[in-house]
Amino acid sequence: MTSAETPILQTRNLTRRFGGYSAVSNVDLAVRKGTIHAVIGPNGAGKTTLFNLISGVLPPTAGQIIIDGIDVSGARPDSIARRGVVRTFQGVRLFPSMTALENVEVGRFSRTRGGFLAALARVPGLATPTEATTRRRAEELLERVGLSAQRDMLASELALADQRRLEVARALAVDPKLLLLDEPVAGMNPVEVHEAGELYKSLLKDGITILITEHHMSLVMAISDRISVMNYGCKISEGPPDVVRRDPEVLTAYLRTEAAA
Amino acid sequence: MLDPYIESVLIFTGINVVLALSLYLPVSAGLLSLGQGGFMAIGAYTSGYLTAVAEWPFGIALFCGGLMAGLVGLIVGIPTLRIKGVYLIIMTMGFGEIVRVFFLNFEPTGAASGLGGIPTYTTLPVVWVVALLALFLCFQIDGSRIGRAIEAVREDELAAEVIGINLTRVKVSIFGLGAFVAGIGGSLFAHYATFIDPGQFSYARSAEIFMMVVLGGMGNFIGATAGAIVVTVLPELLRIGDAQQWRMTVFGALLVVIMIVRPWGLLGVRR
Repeated sequence: MTSAETPILQTRNLTRRFGGYSAVSNVDLAVRKGTIHAVIGPNGAGKTTLFNLISGVLPPTAGQIIIDGIDVSGARPDSIARRGVVRTFQGVRLFPSMTALENVEVGRFSRTRGGFLAALARVPGLATPTEATTRRRAEELLERVGLSAQRDMLASELALADQRRLEVARALAVDPKLLLLDEPVAGMNPVEVHEAGELYKSLLKDGITILITEHHMSLVMAISDRISVMNYGCKISEGPPDVVRRDPEVLTAYLRTEAAA
Repeated sequence: MLDPYIESVLIFTGINVVLALSLYLPVSAGLLSLGQGGFMAIGAYTSGYLTAVAEWPFGIALFCGGLMAGLVGLIVGIPTLRIKGVYLIIMTMGFGEIVRVFFLNFEPTGAASGLGGIPTYTTLPVVWVVALLALFLCFQIDGSRIGRAIEAVREDELAAEVIGINLTRVKVSIFGLGAFVAGIGGSLFAHYATFIDPGQFSYARSAEIFMMVVLGGMGNFIGATAGAIVVTVLPELLRIGDAQQWRMTVFGALLVVIMIVRPWGLLGVRR
């Protein structure tokens, strides 16, 4: 296999149990570079747990997580992030009392250097070259997600859709190879959903791969190259959108939960 | 010449500014400590022993006092990864008591009878140079790369972690740095008091430092500084007048009023 074919992310038999309950069981996933890969499934199917495992927020009970050919199972979230896998959260998690710009700047942390001694050596009132670069990069990213006008607003004061955009900008500041988006358009109106979809597609050109979970089916069908379907912690189907859409097992899974609801 | 009474108030104000900043540092990362008195004791005893018994020069002893407290702080800082909020307060309180009881039984530094004969090296200029250095340290950290990371950890640990911030490093190092500064504050205290005993570093001392930071406003170091000044100077101002016996009662009442009017502290930011 050439390196171009090595999946950016691979999970093997990935399992997470809470007591006797398996939230994720034996999930094999392969995310190809330069694609948008969606994970869908009814509520409680294990999508968020899967994301928590991949991003290191939860350690797996069993199985492996391989990023770019390197086994990172059990690694802490910060080391996963430094390896280029960065996530957003279903219920946005920003730094509420920092401005939009500061939120993105802090995203550069792991890509810059300087501890306490460097802090002491700063010339007060004067940005160091690193700080100036960080600032410029943060401003570019805010522009990219359409938040330039809100740069000095506190994150907590932003509208929900803008908070979600900001969270993506902060994740992009980490220079991700793989961006994990956990229900990124929940609560957005149709125009905002469309814009978000365009933004995600545009990221592919920068060499970023996207793994997304989302309930918004028309968005998933429109932007995904490949879809994995989960139900009760297991992967029940996988393929391109038009194949998954017609898979009887997928239809049953969704119908059953809808009938139960 | 400065009036000796006023000079002593100014010296204690400087020492308390250093101690308040020692707590501000971990608080800036969301780590509350009621054990700064313990780190202060380690600094005081280490440097006091070095100058009084080993006859080392003051500058080196002062630094070693901070260093010893800082090293202990790094170790005590490790549990901060798992223990949060009020539980951390209780843990650090326990630590402070351990330190006090340790020195109560530790013969080389005089045990219960205390350590005397410490030279008076802590003068007004020395105190305020150190206090200004501590302020400069906080100011420099405030807008720096590491300062932003500390702020991020305080605001949302999980969000900070998933963007590549190592919680262990940030928390343990800021806790250790705070302990270092507390140790320096303790060293200054020892070389002004000239006699130290474990009772001076009790839980009440930690609570006093805690009070300065909360009163001044937890969000910034200027608040901590203001808190230290108010807590030191206000009781002295209340000596003016006739009803001296009510001095501390009035002081307590004023603290209550300040916290009712400004729950976020004198110079804190309302959130």
